Formats: sequence, structure tokens, C-alpha cells
Amino acid sequence: MKTLGKVFKWIYLVLTLVFLYAPIFVLIVFSFTESRTMSKWNGFSLNAYREMLSDAALMDALKVTLIVAVVSAVAATFIGTVAAIGINSMKRRRRMIVENISQLPMVNPDLVTGISLMMLFSFIGLSSKFGYLRLILAHTTFNVPYVMFSVLPKLRQSSNMLYEAAMDLGCKPTKALWKVVIPDIMPGIISGFIMAFTLSLDDFVISWFVADGIQNLSIYIYGLAKRGISTKINAFSALMFVVVVTLLLIVNIRSMREEKYAAAQRKKVAKSN
Amino acid sequence: MENKRLIELVNVTKDYDGDIALENINLYIRDGEFLTLLGPSGCGKTTLLRLIAGFIMPSSGQIIMDGKDLTAIPPYKRRVNTVFQKYALFPHLNVYDNIAFGLNIKKLPKAVIKEKVTEMLAMVNLSGFENRYIEQLSGGQQQRVAIARALVNEPEVLLLDEPLGALDLKLRKGMQIELKRMQQKLGITFVYVTHDQEEALTMSDTIVVMNHGVIQQIGTPVDVYNEPKNQFVAKFIGESNIFPSSVMVRDFLVRINGIEYECVDKGFGNNKAVDVVIRPEDVDFISPDKAKLVGAVKSVLFMGVHYEFTVDCSGVMWKVHSTDYVEPGTVVGIEILPDAIHVMKAQKAEEEVELTEEELMERDLVREDAE
Repeated sequence: MKTLGKVFKWIYLVLTLVFLYAPIFVLIVFSFTESRTMSKWNGFSLNAYREMLSDAALMDALKVTLIVAVVSAVAATFIGTVAAIGINSMKRRRRMIVENISQLPMVNPDLVTGISLMMLFSFIGLSSKFGYLRLILAHTTFNVPYVMFSVLPKLRQSSNMLYEAAMDLGCKPTKALWKVVIPDIMPGIISGFIMAFTLSLDDFVISWFVADGIQNLSIYIYGLAKRGISTKINAFSALMFVVVVTLLLIVNIRSMREEKYAAAQRKKVAKSN
Repeated sequence: MENKRLIELVNVTKDYDGDIALENINLYIRDGEFLTLLGPSGCGKTTLLRLIAGFIMPSSGQIIMDGKDLTAIPPYKRRVNTVFQKYALFPHLNVYDNIAFGLNIKKLPKAVIKEKVTEMLAMVNLSGFENRYIEQLSGGQQQRVAIARALVNEPEVLLLDEPLGALDLKLRKGMQIELKRMQQKLGITFVYVTHDQEEALTMSDTIVVMNHGVIQQIGTPVDVYNEPKNQFVAKFIGESNIFPSSVMVRDFLVRINGIEYECVDKGFGNNKAVDVVIRPEDVDFISPDKAKLVGAVKSVLFMGVHYEFTVDCSGVMWKVHSTDYVEPGTVVGIEILPDAIHVMKAQKAEEEVELTEEELMERDLVREDAE
């Protein structure tokens, strides 16, 4: 009975993983096909990747995506961290209210966020001349809460006493923040940054509504796909998938390693006592 | 101990939205003394410490240090340092950088910092631990880093907030002696917060007993033990027999539970209600025919150094400490010499001290016996 249960457990797990990853697997496999369309497998080649690299428009879109991702992630990390520190020092009731309000954009449909940002930008006269700015502002907006909620738990773990201790030892409040509080919550800030960067790379819906005059990758690929699917899209999507997975792995391994380290230290201390 | 007054608190009150944490505190701290703020949790002792450190501001009143008003001076400009309750060491820095933190902020030359930190590490017996991180240290070691981090700045006053609370008994005893030694060696004023009366009695030059945000008594350990000002102090410090409804017949004569005893107290007036404290170690067993007070031994507890007897004297329970064993059920006489009796002003009913569970049980026993 026991072994049978084990077998079922494994079957279930494999089925789930297949269901989740089969489409991506197919996509990656077909990025190496000889054929120009993705319905046939004519043998292995790197044609798709070659074609991808020679597509100037695609490379432009990549540049846009990377610039927007970096700038918006940096901005969101700054704003989100400062906001988290502020929220953390609020009294209970106010903190609850502000936290809930900040959570809203995360559950708000992208469609609504996209349309409202588009309307806002045209209302305040941010025309297509400000293509980058529009995208960066939009991405920063939806990234801020993710950074906040990655930093807040770290702040809660960190003792308020550290801040007081720094002041006790001669730091002015801002210096105490820099020297003690920020280093203590750094893991949360870095995770927040990577998360923001990943989300920005990922985004299509909001970008599609907001972009004006420039194209980022997701918009460009969407445009290509409408005209008929080419394997260079496969190639590109495969690369993007690898990048995003790598970033997520980094975030997770970081937090896992930290936990392991903390546990090991606790054990060591317990022993030496 | 006639040193100058280093810190003075004048009419200091602190409330949080109407909840009074400290009420009209008047206190001075002499240069170089070891002063302990002693009281149960919630008595305002930590609040008082945080006021001196500058983390909070008094609602009214003044804090004066070296003749200057400290009230509006932020913590980073005060020449005091704190050893925090849970140490608050910086987890991202190693032992060396933790201790050097204050000196680095002051931008002292690197060589000077190194010398001072090394010296400090030797003083707290942590030489060779420079590169360890905080989480790699045991509780006792963290404690010593916290003390070193504060002391290396050569503060005029070191504030310690229950610094030994997290340590086990043996370690705590050791650290008590260490701390006292450091304080005497460095000549720095220590303000020490604790709820442990034994700790307060061993280490302090002056004890400030607090309850409900009010100072109950200020005095030397011997003073507060032998001459407690009220029931609270008597109960909080040491074991005691307390008799609230006693009468001061006249100077040097007091009536306790209907029996008159000679005493050494005077100035309470004639036939005045008073509270009387008699320490269990100050009374002795004598043969019943020689004693004014006779009772039967009800129970015996072995306490290590001595036995603790509960003696039933016609319904009133007396606590007696003695090194000689007496069988339960034995009828004994209790000898109370004049200087064993300590008379205090009667505490008003609304100030009635809350009884501990143990005391409640004892009181209920008395009632049962009376029925």
C-alpha cells in the first residue's frame, strides 16, 4: 500500500509538471528547428537564433525593454523601500490602512491599470515624445508595491532597537538609517529589485496601452505574431524564459541559503551554550 | 559618596495619551555611583532609562546633566550610552566593527580605534573574537559585546536595561560581579534597570524602588532592606512578615496582633495605626514559656542555606528563617527583639499592594483556620 501511494504521488507530480511546462518545452524545442514555421520539424539548426540577431527592430525592442526594466526597477526599489520604512514606523491602524491601499495595484487587473495610465498620460500631456518616460513611469508604478512587500517583512524582523542603538552611539537619524537599518534589510531590498526587474521584462498588457512611439519586446513580438508566427519568436521567447527563470532561481536560492545559514548558526550557538 | 550630582530629574512626568508611565519623578544621580532602578514590570523603570538616553521626551519636567538642560538634546548628542535589553547588536557587522561603531562615527583615527577596541575586547574577555559575527556568539558573549560597544565610547553615564535578563542563573551571577568590577575600575556612573531584587542589593550603591510610575523609596541597599518606607518596598525586597493593622502605642512601644512589644522606632504619635515589618531572619525560636508569642510549626521548607518555617500563632502565620531544624507540629516561642521590629507609616487602602498568589493562599489558610 505504502509503495502504491508513493507511485501515485510521483505520477501526480510528473503530470502536474508536464502540464505546466509542456508548452514551454515545445516552444524551446521548436526554436531549434530548420523550418521557418513552427508546425514542422525539419532537423536541428540555429537558424532561428541567427535570424533573431539580424532583426534590427527586435534588437531595438530589446534595448527598450532592458532600459525600461533597469530604470523602473531602480526607481521602484528606491520608492518602495522608503515607503516600507515609513509604513513600518506608523501606528497599527494607519499602517493597516496604508498597507491595504498599497496592495490594491497588485490585484488590480493589468487592463484597468494600463487604460487608466494611458488616460492619465494623455491628460497631463505626456505625448509620444516621451515614449521612454511613459513606459518607465508605468512600470515603476506597478513595481512599487512588490518591492514594498518584499522589504516590509525584513523590516518587521529587524529590531527597532537597532535604530535606537545607532543613535545612541552617535548617529543622526539619517545616518542611523544608512549604517544600520538599510544593511539589515538589504536582502529584502535586493529580492525586491530582482522581482521588479523580472516583472518589468514580463509585462505586456500595461505596456501595450501605455507605449507610444516606442516598442518594447512584448509589444513587438505580439505585432510579429499577428502577421504569422516565425521561429525567431520561439528563439526569443526561449531566451526570455531562461532569463526570467534564472532571476527567479536567484531570488529563491538567496532566501533558501539565508534560512539555512540562520538555522545552522542557531544550532552552533545552541551547542556552544 | 559625596560626589557631585551628575544627572538631575526635576518633576519629570511622562504619559502616553493620558496613560501615566511616570509621575512627578525627582531624582539625582551622583557622579560615579551605581544606581539601580528596581521594580516590577510596568513600573516605569525602563521608561525612565529611555528618558535619560533621549529616545523619548518627558511630557513635563526637566532632565539636567552637568548643570545643562538635556530635555531637548537628541540621543546622539548625549554623553550617555545604553546596553539594550536584547543587546541590539548590528547583525551585519562583526564583533570588531560592532564595538568600533561609535568611534567610527566620531571619525577617530583608525589606529586609535584599533587600540581602544582591542583594549575593550580584553576587558570583556573576548580577545580573538574580532572577526566573529553576532549570530555566531552565545548569549553571554553577545552580552559582553553589547557592554563593550557602549563602554568604548567612554560615556559619562552607562545605561543598562535589564542586561542580564536573558542569561541563565550561573552566567548572571558571574556577569554581576564582572559589571561591578568594570564600573569600579572605570569610575563610570551606571544606571541599571532590573526587576531582580537580589541583583539590585548585590550591585548597587543606590537603589530606587519604583511602582506604578512612582518612586517608592531611594536609599542604599541596606536602607531599603532594613528600613523599607512602605509595605510595597518591604514586600518587593526580601521576605517579610507584614502586619498592616498594628498600633503605635507610644514612642518605643508597638502593639502587633494584640501583643505589645518594645521597639526602636519613635515619632509616629500615640495610638496611631501603623504597618509593621519583621524580617523572617530577624526572629528566633526560644522555649515557649519564655516567649510573649507562642505558636505551632505548621510547615518547613528547606531553602539551602536555611529552613523556612511557617508558624501558626493563634491564626496569624509567621514566616521564620532559621538554620536549626524544628519538627512540624512542635510548639515554639518566638522571640522578637526591639531592633527586629520596623515600623512604617500605614499605607492607605487604595495604595494596597497587590498580593502574590502565594500570599493569597496563605491568607486563605489563615481564614480557614479561624473558622
